[in-house]
Amino acid sequence: MNIQSNQYHARIKRNRLLISTCGGLLVVLAFVTLLVGRYPKAGFTPPARIFNDPLMRNIIVNVRLPRVVLAILAGAILAGAGFVFQMLFSNPLVEPGFLGVSQGAAFGAALVIIVAGYSTVLVQISATVFGLLALALSYILARHFRFGGWMLRLVLAGIAVSAIFSSGLAMLKLVADPTRDLQDITFWMMGGLWNSTWTNTLSVLPVAAVSLAILVAYRWRLNVLSLNDRTAHSVGLSPNRDKLLLLFVATVGTTVVISVTGLVGWIGLIIPHLARRLFGSDSRHALPGAILMGAIFLLLCDTIGRTMLAGEIPLGLLTSIIGATIFIIILTRRRHGANL
Amino acid sequence: MSTACTISGLSFRYQNAKTPALDSFSLEIPKGSSMALLGPNGAGKSTLMDIMLRWKTPTDGTITLFGHPLQSYRRKEMGRLVALVPQDENSNFAFSALDYVLFGRAPYLGDIAQPRQEDIDIALDSLRQVGLSSFAERPVTSLSGGEHQLLLLARAIAQRPRLMLLDEPTSALDPANTAKVLAILARLHDQGMTLFFTTHDPSMAAETATHVAMLKDGRLLSSGTMQKTMTAESLSELYDTPMATLSHDSKLFVYRTASDS
Repeated sequence: MNIQSNQYHARIKRNRLLISTCGGLLVVLAFVTLLVGRYPKAGFTPPARIFNDPLMRNIIVNVRLPRVVLAILAGAILAGAGFVFQMLFSNPLVEPGFLGVSQGAAFGAALVIIVAGYSTVLVQISATVFGLLALALSYILARHFRFGGWMLRLVLAGIAVSAIFSSGLAMLKLVADPTRDLQDITFWMMGGLWNSTWTNTLSVLPVAAVSLAILVAYRWRLNVLSLNDRTAHSVGLSPNRDKLLLLFVATVGTTVVISVTGLVGWIGLIIPHLARRLFGSDSRHALPGAILMGAIFLLLCDTIGRTMLAGEIPLGLLTSIIGATIFIIILTRRRHGANL
Repeated sequence: MSTACTISGLSFRYQNAKTPALDSFSLEIPKGSSMALLGPNGAGKSTLMDIMLRWKTPTDGTITLFGHPLQSYRRKEMGRLVALVPQDENSNFAFSALDYVLFGRAPYLGDIAQPRQEDIDIALDSLRQVGLSSFAERPVTSLSGGEHQLLLLARAIAQRPRLMLLDEPTSALDPANTAKVLAILARLHDQGMTLFFTTHDPSMAAETATHVAMLKDGRLLSSGTMQKTMTAESLSELYDTPMATLSHDSKLFVYRTASDS
């Protein structure tokens, strides 16, 4: 029994070390990216300049820092929520978009852009409200479906709700003013962090932090909830209640983030895969790992996006291209019995 | 002998079903017994287990578990009293065998708690009891069917329950793995655990169980000790086909004598 116990503890120790490494990497990366940008010229700023250039200081504190914080928050939430969805649906190919949340938020954003013109606060509120509305609709529909188990009904309802909102979105685009509103809508849907002011970042911070804290607190139980509901029930859980709570928390976190960042895809799908490869399937380490890796991934993508070209490359495009490439590589090189 | 579980007048009807799955079903499971639940396909065996787990709510009737009404227990208390070994269960995630057995400790842990060293020791001990010690750090997705069944048994053992429900514990196993599972069940029975399992194999029931209950069309046909209840007549009536029994080497064998068609 001692050998097995030692093997187990060795794995725990290794994973804790890996998590600390990811955390350390994220901190270092955050500091480095603060010094990367297009002022005074494209590239890396020598740290000494901070002390003798007030404009540089101002840019770092009021432009780059809120953006770096937002990138970390968004990456953490999108990856963490994706991970939680995959566990709860016991399906490694699921993310929050599956309950209509993304399409609902996109519809909400487009609606407000057409009705009131682009305003960050209004887009944020409307996207969150419609994202949650989509979640509520999916939930209510699923309760009325007379087919399949609870999780299957939720996914089916999510598909229906997504379809309704995306056709609504298409209609909004049809009537949108092509010289102004349509561009704003398209730009929002491509996703990006260009409107990251302290006001925006701080408006996301509390909800994002609370969601992350709750998800991480439930990390071991998440393992048990990935089993079928009857089994989870038989070991003393209330699977429907627990799953609903965690779905709600993950969804609220996601909508609040994408209301500011627009649709940033693939992180919620790809990062949890990578995290499970690195940490194993036990969510105790894979979930915090996914959260840190998501933050690192988004921070890297955003830094590339804002420095590579004179204009900005939309973040959603970068995450999709990189994410899809990694996805294809993983799926074609999957070893037998490898961690999904 | 006092009873572990008393079921009286239990009825259950699925939505839109013409006939009830369980119809005024009553049964006493003696404490410390090993009881086999026999019945043809669709007799209501799984429904009965689901109700005993409180996974389904009966339309009518009551269940008393270790002296208290089933409904009076909190969810976690239920998980400490009753464990389930499901018939088939797959994980889409490659947990290690030890992680998987640790899930059986959930009823002893708070909502946001992590397993303690004590839980890890119990899980390792459970793996040892089913002979899977060396598999502790193997991913569950790489286990064979027989090993997986033993793993589910280990998880149930880790729950330290007083009553263990097993759904067809050997139906998918080869003779060697069947023997392993039956030996483990015999040991648990010797330790005083009450066992209640469904099976399609009357000979296996006769070999393992001390008591038997026969369920047909949602009703109890007969129940009692193995010798008194497991007769050619009751079996023939249960399965609607001629059956006979044979005693050999103090073992009871059950077989079909003829077929109508």
